[in-house]
Amino acid sequence: MSTARTWAVALTGVDGHMVEVEADLSNQTPDFKIIGLPDKSLGEAVQRVHNACANAGFEVPRRRLTVNLSPASLPKHGSGFDLSIALATLAAGGSLPVRAIRSTVHIGELGLDGRLRPVAGVLPAVYAAARAGFERVIVPHANGAEAALVPGIDVRTAASLAEVAAAHGAEIAVDDVEPVLGPQAESRTGETLDLSDVIGQDEAVDALIVAAAGGHHLMMSGPPGAGKTMLARRLPGILPPLDDEQALEVAAIRSLSGEPVTRLDTLPPFEAPHHSASSAALVGGGSRVARPGAIVRAHRGVLFLDETPEFQRVALDALRQPLESGRIEVSRAGFSASFPARFQLILAMNPCPCGNYGVRGAECTCPPMAIRRYAGRLSGPLRDRIDIDLQVARVAASRATSGARSEVTSAMARERVIVARRTAAERWSGAPWQLNGEAPGARLRQGAMRLPPPVRAPLDRALERGQLTLRAYDRVLRLAWTMADLGGLSIPGGDELGRALFLKKGLLA
Amino acid sequence: MAAKDDFGRAGEQRAVEHLTAHGYAILDRNWRCSQGEIDIVAHRDGTLCFVEVKTRRSERFGHPFEAIDERKRRRLWRLAFAWVQEHPEQARRRDVRIEAVGLIGADAATARLEHLEDLR
Repeated sequence: MSTARTWAVALTGVDGHMVEVEADLSNQTPDFKIIGLPDKSLGEAVQRVHNACANAGFEVPRRRLTVNLSPASLPKHGSGFDLSIALATLAAGGSLPVRAIRSTVHIGELGLDGRLRPVAGVLPAVYAAARAGFERVIVPHANGAEAALVPGIDVRTAASLAEVAAAHGAEIAVDDVEPVLGPQAESRTGETLDLSDVIGQDEAVDALIVAAAGGHHLMMSGPPGAGKTMLARRLPGILPPLDDEQALEVAAIRSLSGEPVTRLDTLPPFEAPHHSASSAALVGGGSRVARPGAIVRAHRGVLFLDETPEFQRVALDALRQPLESGRIEVSRAGFSASFPARFQLILAMNPCPCGNYGVRGAECTCPPMAIRRYAGRLSGPLRDRIDIDLQVARVAASRATSGARSEVTSAMARERVIVARRTAAERWSGAPWQLNGEAPGARLRQGAMRLPPPVRAPLDRALERGQLTLRAYDRVLRLAWTMADLGGLSIPGGDELGRALFLKKGLLA
Repeated sequence: MAAKDDFGRAGEQRAVEHLTAHGYAILDRNWRCSQGEIDIVAHRDGTLCFVEVKTRRSERFGHPFEAIDERKRRRLWRLAFAWVQEHPEQARRRDVRIEAVGLIGADAATARLEHLEDLR
């Protein structure tokens, strides 16, 4: 008899797809069906919509209602379709003008009392709607601040179904209801982590700045209590703040994980999964819904793996694809989702299982086999991605208790990093990468980028002696360029190369 | 006879009047077989219509049409074909369809009448 349409958004990963919600009312015995690959929670929308409409004071048509979610082949999940289903249904039944809801996107879950409840993933959904050219979106009250972060679209909020319907021209009394609140946002800046808290680790602090400037992946190895975790936690503070688009990407991932998002956070994220984490926890999973894992949540930020050799080997090897491509593919029986995962990797490990191997004044009790097995837990391909191999020693007691503070603060370090990154970006302008850490080795060895022979000599010698592989040779070159950027030089000299060689291999030039 | 049966019968009478007024020719009423009962068998424009009548005093326990669910529809189809088998001359070269008439109101004569044609 009559049909009505409105719009909603389906999410696969962080990508939103526009879904047209059609309701058709036909002269048959009463029935209510949702078709178009809904999952269990979406199929249950029948009950929620039915009761919410009745309790909002609407007459639900006593005929056969068919709601189609199109494109019908795209799997859809979650309760965010409730509002659009309810409105299309009411419009098909004649309670609402059909034209009013045609070009508006509706997102939100309905309570049985007709109130709108917040849903996860509103930010990527609204972003998709804005990109698809829609002018207006209506979201639950509690998601309003999150949706408003997306530029270029008119975001309206509502507390109840009746309120939305009245806004579209339905003749209905709108009761003043208390809006359903979402989870409270916890402030991330509980304590400020500053680089100046790190005492007596000047070498490690320098390496951290180099890692930040060039986007180099870093491995720290040292005995327990040397300050590896302390150093790693301070990396986001010296990275350049995220620009609006990056911050939006990060916020979209947080929104998908169900975290409350009220503003754009420009501090790069820091993720430190526990070493018992499975590969599904790192990559992301879920049988029907793809939840972002730790790797994805570290997008545009830092992924810190403490006690790296204790991780399952499969979990570690799951890092290889995102390290290579900056994306991760989550495949399940019914769908596959792709997430962005461009992060800086920081690994930390002890030199041996007991942690005392090679530490002055301490005795290692591990049998040699155990030490080899421990170090061998990191697969070669993963090790190959690490530019900086840093040995962190315990701080001498005299320096630790002297009360002196390190003179390098996070603000100073960040300033140097930003300047160095700008230099690198100028050099790579026109190339698909921006950071030295992402530059392919061939570009550094050939053509205009090739270093003069006297500078290169110690590196070539190490290669000839077999102390370096060709891949490691490229890594040293990358580090040397980053050091030159940090030092304000136009081309790396012998000094930079020597330090780069030391950071990569612990070799002295 | 119980009061609810009287009420139902009054509803069926009202449905017959409604159908007759709309050009239906009534062929049979309350036809019974081993599988159940058909309320009204009618004929219009070359189509045999098997009409199920549901009467309710109010919507407090749901709309009358809500009682006609998938199972009930399947049973109506079976009954319809049983009737066709019993009456081959009347059924020859005629389409068959199922219809429903719902009545809501305390008094069948003044109750709100709804008519669904061609149930599937």
